[in-house]
Amino acid sequence: MKCQHCEKTATFHITELTDPNGPTILHLCEEHARTFFNQDGPPDPASALTNMLAKQLKLEKAADDLAAADKKQCPMCGITFAEFRKGGRLGCPYDYVAFEEDLEPLLVNIHGATSHSGKVPKNLNGSPERQFRLKQLKDEMREAITKEQYEVAGKLRDKIAAIENGQNEIGQNENGQSDESNEEAPNDGPPDDDFQSFS
Amino acid sequence: MRGDGPESDIVMSSRIRLARNLAEFPFVRKCSDKDRIAIAAAVRRAIDALPLSSDTEYVDVAKLGDLDRQFLMERQLISHELSETEGARAVILDPQERFSIMVNEEDHLRLQVMQSGLDLTSAWKRMNELDDLLESKLTYAFTKKLGYLTACPTNVGTGLRVSVMLHLPALVATKQIDKVFRAFNKINVAVRGLFGEGSQFMGDLYQVSNQMTLGKSEETLMQRVSEVIPRLIDYERKAREFLINEKRDDLNDGISRALGILKTAKKISSEETMHYLSKVRMGVNLGLIDNVRIPTVNKLFIHTQPAHLQKLCGQKLSVSARNTERANYLQQHLSDSVDPKAN
Ligand SMILES: [Zn+2]
Ligand SMILES: [Zn+2]
Repeated sequence: MKCQHCEKTATFHITELTDPNGPTILHLCEEHARTFFNQDGPPDPASALTNMLAKQLKLEKAADDLAAADKKQCPMCGITFAEFRKGGRLGCPYDYVAFEEDLEPLLVNIHGATSHSGKVPKNLNGSPERQFRLKQLKDEMREAITKEQYEVAGKLRDKIAAIENGQNEIGQNENGQSDESNEEAPNDGPPDDDFQSFS
Repeated sequence: MRGDGPESDIVMSSRIRLARNLAEFPFVRKCSDKDRIAIAAAVRRAIDALPLSSDTEYVDVAKLGDLDRQFLMERQLISHELSETEGARAVILDPQERFSIMVNEEDHLRLQVMQSGLDLTSAWKRMNELDDLLESKLTYAFTKKLGYLTACPTNVGTGLRVSVMLHLPALVATKQIDKVFRAFNKINVAVRGLFGEGSQFMGDLYQVSNQMTLGKSEETLMQRVSEVIPRLIDYERKAREFLINEKRDDLNDGISRALGILKTAKKISSEETMHYLSKVRMGVNLGLIDNVRIPTVNKLFIHTQPAHLQKLCGQKLSVSARNTERANYLQQHLSDSVDPKAN
């Protein structure tokens, strides 16, 4: 018998006892069995996830909606939702913002929950919104420099420095971004905007 | 796996893992070579600035040879994924192997804390401290709504995976294992077993871990796993009692044969070794074998694996040569053992 994942002979036959439909048997070569045993998640989470996503999306969405969801793209890293579905891995932290509504049913399926209630780090500067805002400002600054609009570039540089130096917790505070109201920024909400209302 | 700790006759080891990512970088699949190098450098700077033991070692996994990578894998200090992927990646090793930190695995950081026997509370205490230390130097990708953001949504939230490795030979021998585990399916705890050709369980080793990572605190997630363990231990003990009281001759025969093969074989595969070592381990724990100690058996489980064996010999060996060498090694370490008592 061949390994499920490659051409080598399957010498390991592993029972996955956690499948809701009863135990399933995996046939693996020594190398893939090692992978299986060393990893601490469910076996091949990527493919389990892909299956879950496929099933779920078929149930809940019409073909058109599915195609539309697949075309969505993260403005930070460029990954499309279709690429995520294929590989089972996200491209960057901002994907949780960019694909929020598509990921939510998946989170319910996996965890039976959609919000965190565990440890919180002291340093809350790691929100993807903050990274996105910095990227936007840096892109604008670069553009201003190419257009030789040095005054604009200078102002943008000050804004970037303010975010980077200040303990500005964009996306973490209930009333974040108070000193960050940029009229041109498409993602800026009202001052009381919080993470929940981002989409 | 020194073989001590509470319930160490059944609980082999406990381990806790945290998945963490640095906010300023894309997840690993979208990282450029430059990103991967920058992440590794940032982690290394952070580690150097922390009050860790001076023997803490930063190992550039990309520079290691096959044998060294497999060796670390067999000790469960690195994963298969970290061993086999390309690009800048590293592991930070505690000299006593109480923790390891993988860099540029599926997530930028995979923190692991290991503990022999069952002691999740102290394992979590050490993990939490290690995480706090790293967090003081690095900015993690985190939102208040979703917690720690991870490359795979199956780990988001706490990023926590708790797993306990159990040795359950009597439940296997009495064919109750599947029944027992089906009962645990409903409570969101994953149980995995590994077995080889002919339905022979690989070392009768099972791993129990949490499936969910989001929506519950770390303590609750750990509790869910740890409250299952005493029940499994209880089932295993009852199955052992049954074997001793009702099937004593069969039990003695099985253990005696296992020890006999390990002591006399001239060539033996690692799979076969695991299978018989499992029986010997139970025999020692039941007081049926003299002059073999559990730490020795636990050591043999690891040292007879391919990379360990080759390291011990100081050279690369073919599969066939390994099987010969493994048989030699087992003989050396089990020669003083005395078979099950005749009574
Ligand atoms: Zn394979
Ligand atoms: Zn992205």
